[in-house]
Formats: sequence, C-alpha cells, structure tokens
Amino acid sequence: MTRKRGIANKLEQIKQYQFLFEELVKRDFTKRYKRTILGMLWSVLGPMMTLGVMALIFTQFFGRNINHYVIYLFCGNLIYGYFKESTNTGMTALYYNASIFSKVNIPKYLFLLSRNVASFINFGINLLVLFGFCLLDGISFSWKFLFLLYPIGCLLLFNVGMGLILSALFIMFRDMKYLYDIFTLLVMYVSAIFYSIEVYPQQTQYLFYLNPIYVYIRYFRKIILEGEIPRISFHFLAIGYAIVVLFIGGLIYKKKNYKFLYYI
Amino acid sequence: MKKTVVTAKDVSVEYVIGDLRNIGLKDFVLKKLTNTYQVKSFLAVNKVSFQVEQGDMLGIIGSNGAGKSTLLKVITQIMRPSKGTIQVKGKIAALLELASGFDGDLNLKENTYLRGAILGYTREFMDRKYPEILAFSELEAFEERPFKQLSSGMKSRIAFSIASLVEPEILILDEVLAVGDGAFREKSEAKMQEIIQNGKATIFVSHSIPQVRRMCNKVLWLDHGKQIGFGETNAVCDAYEQFLKKGVFPKDK
Repeated sequence: MTRKRGIANKLEQIKQYQFLFEELVKRDFTKRYKRTILGMLWSVLGPMMTLGVMALIFTQFFGRNINHYVIYLFCGNLIYGYFKESTNTGMTALYYNASIFSKVNIPKYLFLLSRNVASFINFGINLLVLFGFCLLDGISFSWKFLFLLYPIGCLLLFNVGMGLILSALFIMFRDMKYLYDIFTLLVMYVSAIFYSIEVYPQQTQYLFYLNPIYVYIRYFRKIILEGEIPRISFHFLAIGYAIVVLFIGGLIYKKKNYKFLYYI
Repeated sequence: MKKTVVTAKDVSVEYVIGDLRNIGLKDFVLKKLTNTYQVKSFLAVNKVSFQVEQGDMLGIIGSNGAGKSTLLKVITQIMRPSKGTIQVKGKIAALLELASGFDGDLNLKENTYLRGAILGYTREFMDRKYPEILAFSELEAFEERPFKQLSSGMKSRIAFSIASLVEPEILILDEVLAVGDGAFREKSEAKMQEIIQNGKATIFVSHSIPQVRRMCNKVLWLDHGKQIGFGETNAVCDAYEQFLKKGVFPKDK
C-alpha cells in the first residue's frame, strides 16, 4: 500500500468514526431526556433542589463565616455533581454497548466519550445558572473568569479518565456500582462542599489537596469568590491529577481491548 | 495466479471461561481468599491454517462449539489470535447476528443511521441510501415508530436491508442468507446472491451441508477448535457426513 493511500484511508476512517460518534451522542441524548423539555429542565432542577436544601440547613452552621455562602455551595455542588454524574454514566458505557463491540471492531472508548458529552453539556447548563446566581448575588465578572476554562478542562479529562477505569472495572465486576456509590459519598464529605477547611490546622488543610475534586472546587472558588488566580503549582496539581487518571484509564483500555469480550 | 485475500497460518485463539463472568468484586475477593477462583482457558481455535483466494467461497462447517464463530471474530479483527498470524487484504463486512444491537428507545430512522455508522458507512452514504433501505425493508409506515414496538421479524428485515448495502471485498456470513416471511425471504436471498457475486470472496458458516455443497468451492471443517479438513468441497463434505453418521474422523492425510 502506498503512503498516499494510507493517509486517504486514515482520513476516511476518521470521517466514519466521527459519524459514529455523532450518532452515539444523539442516541445517548435521546435516551437521557426522552425527547421532553422537562427532561432538560430536570437536569437543572435536581441540582437546584439540592442547593436549596443545603443552603437552608447549612447556612446556620457554616454560612456565618463564609461570604456569599450560596455561591460557595454552588461551586462545590456544581463540580462534584459533574464528577459524580459523568463517572456514574460512564461506568456502564462499555457494558451496555457490549452487543455492538462484540460484533464489530470499533474503538471502544467512543462509547464512553459519547456519554461524557451529555454530562458535559449538562454541566455547561448548570454553569450558566451559577453565573446567573453570581449576578444576583452582586459578584462582578472580571477577565479572570476566563481562567475557569482551565479547571473545567482538567476536570473533563479527569472524568474521562475515571470513566475509562470505571467502565473497565464494571464489565469485570458488576457490583462496582454499589461500591462506587459509597466511594462518591465519601468524596463528597472530603470535598469541603458545604464547610470551609479553615477550621483545621494548616497541616491538615494540605491533606485536602490529595482530593482532586477539592482542587477543582477550590480553583473555582478562588476565581469566583476571591477574584484571584491560583498559583502556578496549583495549576500543575490540577492537570497532574487529570493526566495520571487518564493515563491509567488509557492503559487499561489498551491492554484489555481484546479481553473485554470474555466478560460479557 | 489468483490473488490471496485471506491467509491464516497456524491461528490459535485462547478463550477464557469460568468465574470470570458475572462475578462481583465481593465474590472475587472471597474466591481468591478461599482459593476457589477458577478460570479455565482453552483453545477455541487450535492451529488452523487456510487461504481464501479471489473469487473463492469458503464454507466453514462443524458441530456446535467447534470454534467457527470465534474464527470469524478473528477474521473480522474483533479478536486477536493468541498464536499464529492472519492476513486480510481488502475491506471486510460481516453479517453476524443481525437483529441484536439495536436500541429500543430510538425510532426506526435513528436506529438505521446508528447501525449504518456502526457498520462503517459515512453520513453522506447513509443520506443517499436511506430511502433505498427503507423501501427494501418495506417498513415505510413504521419510520417514526420506537424500535421496541416492532416485531422481531421487522427488526431483522431492517437489519438485513442496512447490511445488504455493503459493497465489501470480503463478505462474512454467519448463517444469515435470508430473513423474514415468504416474499421477503426470496427477495433477501436474491439480494444476498447479488452481494456475493459482486464481492471478491465470501466466507460462510453453515450447518446445512447441502447449502455448502451448492455454494462453496472450498470447505474448512473444524471440530473442538481443531482443523479436521480443508480443501475441495465435496471431499470435505463427504468426510464430514461420514463422521456425522459413524462418528469417526477421517484418517490423516
């Protein structure tokens, strides 16, 4: 095969996969929102209700010492919610498409990515709501808000990486779902969503940075609430977590690519 | 000399069964701890060699569990041989278990596009061919219907209609030559013949010996993964029928 033809084939292949990817995204969207406006609305309503209840209860306990407590809560919920949703739907991506990839040879990560698109859009909608809340709460937008793209990008990669790992685990162990539910609950408590870590001694505060989700939440709050761009080292930490997880996930997929078949 | 399109050389495929499937993490840990975790691997395909040349129609025969489907999965590159090599020259299309892999919540049109994408067609191609597919399946009235409301006969009709658009160089068939009821059956069989005629080579798995005799010029006989015979159709089919009657394998050549 000549080189030119090789490149033409590759282009053709990319075009095919793009079509497949679009169709998969379309399918996951249709299934998720069941073709109703209410379905779309629900993806905002759910987080709003959580936020409402949390604000109602926790303002008495933690809100006294934190400015813009509702926004503070919102940042935490938004990041954590995106992480939880994206990884939870990503987990089953491989398993539910087993009837497809066991018959046709297509890149298996496409199934995961298509689900991630849906949760990312969901996140985007909620982000807009957050900006609306900021306006209402008298927080002024500055050019620094552009830096929010950085943690969003990191989180996106992080979620894809987690999805790769989880979907591979799920196809091997079906009870992963329950274990992961417990895990995400724990992550929620150590992510300082509704409290501030200021109450802990300095040494303990550093421990929170072991939690990637907290790192991303912290970045958001720093920009939105404090109007400051975090230090360079903080940026390295944020992207570092994403790359490590993505690397592990990619490695599992590469290694197990032909072995997933045995588990279904 | 004719061009070889598929060359399999000593292909072996390891398959793993046992506690691998449908096990929870809890069970897994428990079984590991008590040392009762059992995974057995065996060769589903064991040192199989054959060639398919341009214009060939290869039939693969053998009892259930002989490794026929696994071999097809190797040819279509869904699985990789654990030993040996397989070389495929040309675009492959496989028509395997047609009716599965559709999504019940999507309607007929959406499913058709999704299936087209899975089979590796482009959007332009699907846009162009969609009316043709729909017409061939005779399901125009059900275009907007969610897939789960269609009968299984209808599902296989649309599946066949999509798949039959392929213009492959190498066609792989797993027992699907015709689907549906009387009239549609004839139509699909004719279409199938047409695809076979247009392709370079066809590989065909079947349990029907008369059908294999009628259509194939080469036959590969597998039993429990091992290659019992490969060669000219009538010779291999005769030996296979002898085996079915008496239960003895032909003497090695």
